[in-house]
Amino acid sequence: MGEQKISYYKNSDLSSVKLATKDLKARFGKLQVLKGINLNFPENRVTAIMGPSGCGKTTLIRCLNRIHELTPGAKVEGEVILDGVNIYSPQVDPVSIRRRIGMVFQKANPFPTMSIYDNAVAGLKLAGVRNKEILDNLAEKSLRMAFLWDEVKDILKKPGTNLSGGQQQRLCIARALAVEPEIILMDEPCSALDPIATAKIEESIASLKKEFTIVIVTHNLQQAARVSDYTAFMYLGQLIEFGDTKDIFEYPNNSLTEKYITGEFG
Amino acid sequence: MEPKLKLKKDMLTTEYSLPTGISFWRKIVNKLMTVLVIIAVILAIIPLILILGDVIIKGAPALSIGFLTHLQKPPNVSGGGIANAIVGTFTMVGIAALISVPIGIGAGVFFSEWSSSKISTVSGFMNDVLTGFPSIVLGLFVFVIIVYPTKQFSAFAGGVALSFVMLPIIARTTGESLKLVPTTLREASMALGIPRWKTVLRVVISNGKNGLLTGILLSVARATGETAPILLTASTSIYFAKSIFQPTASLTVLIYNYATSPYASWQTQAWGAALVLILIMLGLNLLVKLTIGRNVAGKRMDI
Repeated sequence: MGEQKISYYKNSDLSSVKLATKDLKARFGKLQVLKGINLNFPENRVTAIMGPSGCGKTTLIRCLNRIHELTPGAKVEGEVILDGVNIYSPQVDPVSIRRRIGMVFQKANPFPTMSIYDNAVAGLKLAGVRNKEILDNLAEKSLRMAFLWDEVKDILKKPGTNLSGGQQQRLCIARALAVEPEIILMDEPCSALDPIATAKIEESIASLKKEFTIVIVTHNLQQAARVSDYTAFMYLGQLIEFGDTKDIFEYPNNSLTEKYITGEFG
Repeated sequence: MEPKLKLKKDMLTTEYSLPTGISFWRKIVNKLMTVLVIIAVILAIIPLILILGDVIIKGAPALSIGFLTHLQKPPNVSGGGIANAIVGTFTMVGIAALISVPIGIGAGVFFSEWSSSKISTVSGFMNDVLTGFPSIVLGLFVFVIIVYPTKQFSAFAGGVALSFVMLPIIARTTGESLKLVPTTLREASMALGIPRWKTVLRVVISNGKNGLLTGILLSVARATGETAPILLTASTSIYFAKSIFQPTASLTVLIYNYATSPYASWQTQAWGAALVLILIMLGLNLLVKLTIGRNVAGKRMDI
């Protein structure tokens, strides 16, 4: 794959780069999962990372908020630059980075011992926020942004795990939003959901980009086309192509991208 | 019209057939095995029923309110109770719990959250060895390090000896139950910008607290029934101890002394004390069952 040409981000969009990776490499023990990724994530835009299973897209997104390194044996090299600062430099505290870069996981994972309300503001409560007014406001605000408020406003004291799968995932989005991050990472947030639940989450993503920079990993092509402004295509740990979502889907530069989009493999 | 997709013909037919009947021999073997395991279960419960029955029949006549609230009396004097022994047992188990619960939970957290480190593996193995240690050796050890230097049998020394019994049980059950808490919950908390120590304290432990409670109650039940470590450390007494630094009576040692005495009244009281001890253990085990049985997911918990 070494000789594959990598197309960089260039277009007329004036949005600045919020997050960027420089020669990012990641390993699990001896297995090299990412082989040097250079990617820019524009501010207040949705960037989709797509590619076949095992291409490293989940590992990439987990490197962006330093969650990858929590797995035993996992190593990261290279840089991830958030607002001009390399988050992997030794002076940077990963905890403060994760406050600024929220994450939604593949499988909805609300805290089973907590109510819907407590789940929504879990990040604040665990960080020591006690002011009920602040908590109430943020709970409502984040649940509204996740398009869940109307469905749960009367059952806020019920356990979060009582909700349906799609509702649980939106609760997890609300939980990530409540700590007021700048970037939201979503790792295949709809892979376990039915089309209606998926549509609701996509709807919330579309409105969230006004306030947040969003990175979404998906292996669902239609989803990438529907929700994202930019799309990156990855294959075997390398970035094959990156660009405007419209361009990637209509005029892919790389033959691999074209084959993937037309369904010849993946 | 030509269909768009052509299904292969063999995809639509089932080539295999269901078995028409189970052979006679298989039915016989099946029945035989069922009968065998039922017999095994019965054999396993028979000793329990015999012991329980015996203790109830022989111990029940000794039971009364006075038996639970009065001090011990000399042999063949009517009345007399085991109040000081009950208090002594609870005191020592209490001291042991104060020592072993925090340390045991700490060690268990280490076994679970740093399970990939070498120290964790090695100390986990040593913990398992300690679990199987003969309790008389633990008693001897405490005798040498506390009782002998201070020239004093005491509830404190008894508590320390019992804490050695409880500690490895709590550490192991804590470690195992925290390992069952899904990694996704740890990641969810860390991704919210919660430091690791807080994640362990507020998310991992709160989700594994059923297992923790079970472990603590099981270890308390185990310590309550121990005799050897107490015999060598707390000795016994016929009075309420005025402080935890005096020789103290306990149910198990009292049973040992009374049952081996030649006096009929003491022997009856030994059965009574045994019944009280068994009831305490049953209560604790019931508490364990109730703890596990409760649905945590359905309970709201304040964080």
